[in-house]
Amino acid sequence: MTIIEDAVPAPRGAGEDQTPLLEVRNLHVEFHTREGVAKAVNGVNYTVRPGETLAVLGESGSGKSVTAQAIMGILDMPPARIPQGEILFRGQDMLKMSGEERRKLRGAEIAMIFQDALSSLNPVLTVGYQLGEMFRVHRGMSRKQAKAKAIELMDRVKIPAAAARVNDYPHQFSGGMRQRIMIAMALALEPDLIIADEPTTALDVTVQAQVMDLLAELKNEFNMGLILITHDLGVVADVADKIAVMYAGRIVETAPVRELYKSPAHPYTRGLLDSIPRLDQKGQELYAIKGLPPNLLRIPDGCAFNPRCPKAQDVCRTDTPKLAQLTGDEGRELVGRGSACHFWKETLNG
Amino acid sequence: MAEPTARDAAETPNTAPVDKAEASTEEAAIAAIEAPVERGEPILQVRNLVKHFPLTLGIVIKRQIGAVKAVDGISFDLYQGETLGIVGESGCGKSTVAKLLMNLERATAGEVFYKGQDITKLSGRALKAVRRNIQMVFQDPYTSLNPRMTVGDIVGEPFEIHPEVAPKSDRRRKVQELLEVVGLNPEHINRYPHQFSGGQRQRIGIARGLALNPEIIICDEPVSALDVSVQAQVINLMERLQDEFNLSYIFIAHDLSIVRHISDRVGVMYLGKMAEIGTDEQIYEHPTHPYTQALLSAVPVPDPEAREHRERIILTGDVPSPANPPSGCRFRTRCWKAEDKCAEEVPLLAIPERFKGSDSPAAHESACHFAEEKDVVGAA
Repeated sequence: MTIIEDAVPAPRGAGEDQTPLLEVRNLHVEFHTREGVAKAVNGVNYTVRPGETLAVLGESGSGKSVTAQAIMGILDMPPARIPQGEILFRGQDMLKMSGEERRKLRGAEIAMIFQDALSSLNPVLTVGYQLGEMFRVHRGMSRKQAKAKAIELMDRVKIPAAAARVNDYPHQFSGGMRQRIMIAMALALEPDLIIADEPTTALDVTVQAQVMDLLAELKNEFNMGLILITHDLGVVADVADKIAVMYAGRIVETAPVRELYKSPAHPYTRGLLDSIPRLDQKGQELYAIKGLPPNLLRIPDGCAFNPRCPKAQDVCRTDTPKLAQLTGDEGRELVGRGSACHFWKETLNG
Repeated sequence: MAEPTARDAAETPNTAPVDKAEASTEEAAIAAIEAPVERGEPILQVRNLVKHFPLTLGIVIKRQIGAVKAVDGISFDLYQGETLGIVGESGCGKSTVAKLLMNLERATAGEVFYKGQDITKLSGRALKAVRRNIQMVFQDPYTSLNPRMTVGDIVGEPFEIHPEVAPKSDRRRKVQELLEVVGLNPEHINRYPHQFSGGQRQRIGIARGLALNPEIIICDEPVSALDVSVQAQVINLMERLQDEFNLSYIFIAHDLSIVRHISDRVGVMYLGKMAEIGTDEQIYEHPTHPYTQALLSAVPVPDPEAREHRERIILTGDVPSPANPPSGCRFRTRCWKAEDKCAEEVPLLAIPERFKGSDSPAAHESACHFAEEKDVVGAA
């Protein structure tokens, strides 16, 4: 056990009223480039509780991966810079920690699963060695013990004949198996929070279903918090508890998963949902959000979505909408729902 | 080794027209290629197409130790004006099919008839004439455009090879017209690919594909590299262009939802074979092949409530290697219905016996010994 965990004991077990595992407060990340300052993340707030799955949904350039990298502490700084914000893990601000302290958290408390398993694994080392490395470095185990642990992990992520395959190299595994190894590696030290960045994007649908099921099963078994970063509205619908939709470095909508699909409260979310073809219906012409995502060097004034928004008014070009709590009939708060749109009421009601 | 045999030939639903007398001269072949085809008539007929990539051992003295059977005897027709979707997982041979249809790869065996001319046997002027009429749009708009060429040069390059389509003096105007057709600003003709976004680059690729007024466009994963909101724009553009220029599409993709949206008919491939083929309604709402059913049931649907009414079939294991495919039915190693028969006998792509003569939508070609209908999509 690490020092951090001893210092801040957190109860295990599900429940909404637990202290959050992770709390991101007003996070900003910018990149200094030759052309100017690219504002990748512009004030993101979210919380993850134990046993909860938060899906962060967005297109390329929306800042979803940069936020995750900031949480993991794997941003290249420079060119990246975090001008303001807090990332609280069990109440402690990770941005104020020393490199040494953060290294202890990484892997042991917070682990990450990357999209492309082939390029995330070292091609010249066996998977057994790479899995065992976690135990040797963090737990000081011997090579022999570490290998036994590696086999145990490979079993747990359902790799057939784990003992026989522990000395194989990454290229000898299929895409789905490699992603399982990535999951095994993330699980190795039984972290409390896992960040999965597009974990199934590179996989075929039949394998994708296997991997998502495995991830959900393990999450429940260990009661971990899971941040699932994806662009795929379909994958999210299956596993997430709540969703945060990002656009141009901001969260534009948050909602429990069912409600987001049933009644989106931001024109961008609505546009996204309308623009995907459905498997169970032969559609007519697809709805297409006009225009392109903004250049992060020149994010439009006001609401960043206003040049593409069918509902944009003058106020949208001048005032940046805040993520506001949504209210239903008679001013009752809609739990967990927020929208950063001046006209969320109209959007919510169609 | 599964060589194309008489059994494979039996898969062929109808025989292809080969007019040997006319094909005897190159001129006649070109004349046939230039002749128009009525809407709804077959424009491309693929028969028992096979592509094996040899596996060799040794550097100086090479000997063949096996073959990757990327495409192993597939047959289908493409009708004028329709969109045929081809779906399958990575490694099933769908991209190799695209290359074979363009004659970019030489087929190991089998025929591809374009208006009755077997393009796998053509060469010289006749092949050039075919290639003018069959164009391709590639998956990755970042690597399929030369970064050192301007948009004008990229879109205008087909005219260099086929100068009869547009005289030199007219080319710039032609290119600008094409840019406008695909929704780009014609004034950007002198820009370079890096100055465009992914969606715009794919439009440039489409403009290049349209330049020679082709009849068929083969699209290999044309939108899979694009963001969701941009994907819809490109799909809509492709549908509009199909109506405007009377194009036939072969649309290869792994995204089943997009394929359903754009296709009139759909073929499902598994490990170099066609598992099932039919209209979009037949395949999506009345699939009879277990692989199609598993594939459809695994697609995540962006609607948590619809999700609960769906049955999910989770396949075990991975796709076997195409260098050493299972005997009999190739899907049997992952199939929950597999019996001894499946290991011994290759199921033919034909309308299953039990549905023969019925007018139910389940009566379409399916390569399974135990084909039965199952609704996995939960369509209303």
